[in-house]
Amino acid sequence: MRLAVLETEKCVGCQSCMFACSRRVGEAGLAKSCIGVRSIGGMERGFSVIVCRACGDPPCAKVCPTGALVPREGGGGVRVLPDKCIGCGHCREACVIGAVYWNDETNKPMICLHCGYCVDFCPYGVLGMQKREVENVEE
Amino acid sequence: MLKNDSLENVLYIDLTRRTFKVERRPDLFEKYLGGTGVATRLLHEECPEGCDPLGEANPIIFAVGILTALFPLASKTVSMFKSPLTGNLGESHCGGRSAVAIRMAGYGAIVIKGASSIPVYLSIEGGGRVHFRDASTLWGMGNFSSGRIIRENESGSGLRTIMRIGKGGEKLITYSCVTTETFRHFGRLGLGAVFGSKRLKAVVVSGKSSLPITDKKVYRKLYDEVYTAAVDSPVMKKYHDLGTAENIVPLNKFGGLPTRNLTEAQFEDASRMSGENFARQYLGRRLACSHCPVGCIHIAALREAYEDVSYFYKTSMISYDYEPIYALGTMLGISRPADFLKLMDRVEEAWGVDAMSLGVILAWATEAFERGLITEEETRGVKLKWGNVKAYIKAGGYIIDQPNDFYKALARGVEYAASVYGGEDFALSFGGNEMPGYHTGPGAHLGVLVGTRHSHLDNAGYSLDQKILVQKKLKPEEVIDALVAEERWRQILSSLVVCFFARGIYSPELVTRLLAVAGFDLTEGDLERIGREIHTEKYRFKVREGFSFDALRLPKRIFETPAPVSGLDEKYVTKALAYARDTIRKELDAAG
Repeated sequence: MRLAVLETEKCVGCQSCMFACSRRVGEAGLAKSCIGVRSIGGMERGFSVIVCRACGDPPCAKVCPTGALVPREGGGGVRVLPDKCIGCGHCREACVIGAVYWNDETNKPMICLHCGYCVDFCPYGVLGMQKREVENVEE
Repeated sequence: MLKNDSLENVLYIDLTRRTFKVERRPDLFEKYLGGTGVATRLLHEECPEGCDPLGEANPIIFAVGILTALFPLASKTVSMFKSPLTGNLGESHCGGRSAVAIRMAGYGAIVIKGASSIPVYLSIEGGGRVHFRDASTLWGMGNFSSGRIIRENESGSGLRTIMRIGKGGEKLITYSCVTTETFRHFGRLGLGAVFGSKRLKAVVVSGKSSLPITDKKVYRKLYDEVYTAAVDSPVMKKYHDLGTAENIVPLNKFGGLPTRNLTEAQFEDASRMSGENFARQYLGRRLACSHCPVGCIHIAALREAYEDVSYFYKTSMISYDYEPIYALGTMLGISRPADFLKLMDRVEEAWGVDAMSLGVILAWATEAFERGLITEEETRGVKLKWGNVKAYIKAGGYIIDQPNDFYKALARGVEYAASVYGGEDFALSFGGNEMPGYHTGPGAHLGVLVGTRHSHLDNAGYSLDQKILVQKKLKPEEVIDALVAEERWRQILSSLVVCFFARGIYSPELVTRLLAVAGFDLTEGDLERIGREIHTEKYRFKVREGFSFDALRLPKRIFETPAPVSGLDEKYVTKALAYARDTIRKELDAAG
């Protein structure tokens, strides 16, 4: 299962999902959030919801020099192995949608686990869980 | 208060010296919670007695609260300053991303003092960084353009607020506003002019941090309780579906919708100007403030053809709410939503003034023009006429540019304009602030008079009319008691910066439980005491700056046009004000 952005046009920008993501790890605030909502150049144009798409062959994992990012079985994104990570930030640069967030305290990446906790805090059906893997030309 | 809660950090910025410092002030937040309470204290500390509201001594204070970024709907920022409109207590609230951004940047309050010699904007980032940026290029720009440029120049997308002024603030129009996130405003009492007087074009604040809590499990459980209550509440559904504009139809039916400068209290075209009709014809998008699942902000999409080129259109996104529809719609006899939106677009995008004040001022000017108190000589050829939006756009532009004494007077509010040109009896001002959109009865009008910032939201007297007084007559003293009690509780809500739309959810009982998670051990009795104290401290500031109940007046028009709840006459008002004066005096004496 993966978290999917089903309908961005329905997003009102309340950012409840962002707060939920931090709360999932027992934190209040936004520092630990692996999902981001921002306007597309002004709120009048609506929002983009930026979160890991669980790519079939994740570029973030491909560029990791230490093998600290491991693709999950069944297309559920990547796992971060903190012991292996050296905080080089290549993964962050490799993600073209900017879904690799950063933990400034540990200097390591934070990437969506596709747990779906945020889905319960999206009142407008923007977020949902999907079985389908992201289509990938190489697959 | 928990250790390491960044709420206690107060950021002091000096625009004259271009310096800043952070002081830890747990004393402020432990005693007054945040928001209104803390800002009131800071105003007493920072605003010199008798200072010129447009002089550099007048401070700009922003404060957020304990629950901001912890729980949903604690999403407002309170601003305080000395008002250039009333010359007294200035307090205005705003949502958007402002509250969460300030809290996540690591501050509970921000105090801006002094004045810059050149236009500047401030960029406040987490981690204690403050940048002074040259805003000379932005001076003269409207809200959309300046917002876009700052958005592209600064970091923190999605995690920031961009507060900015339009031409109204630059030109020191006493009721100019500060806009955040394009569509939300510190609307009332002229914060925009205080920005302008400091040559402060904008303030951008961004941050992303963690907040301490006592117990993760309890926190999550309480969060779910508040969140569920918010998304399940019928009131919240109402605000999401049609927004505050939903109130047009019921207020009109009730007979309390001020129309054509309150010569009437029902509008024949109310159904065309209703929230339902706006939604059907123009609703283009809904938006929410940060950390509020409701999404009450309604944005219309207006498509207009250019007159001189074929098949060439522009589409403008324009926010609408009940109060602007009243002030720039029914008060001006405008009965086409598109006309209202065209005027609103100017107000919001280019001029940056309080829609409510401007509407009331233009309504007074129209009646004064009809009666011959002013002529085309004063208006520079503008034929002010109910429903004529082109004339209103022209006149509004002149108020911004101030080409003659008449428009200079209009730029200072309706009370001042009427003191020069006459027509005080129909200049709809309460304590120097232009009237809100409720002619419901004694509760509404007394509420705005005795409210500390002369706002309908101080104590919701319009609600007292519709819920209580419509069924049962109350003595003037009883009305004042009810209004003051409501305003004291609202000091708690606005110190926690909880949106008043969520007042039904944030009961005193719930508030004590939420505060416990943030390390504040307070009882319901404590909250009552703190609310009372803040209310008294606001009045202490007002009295210090020359406020007197004896100087308050209601324009004659209020008595002339029948309201749905009757009973308000001069005698009733006199009694009510005498009682209010004694009540407040006792409070002030008791507090020492």
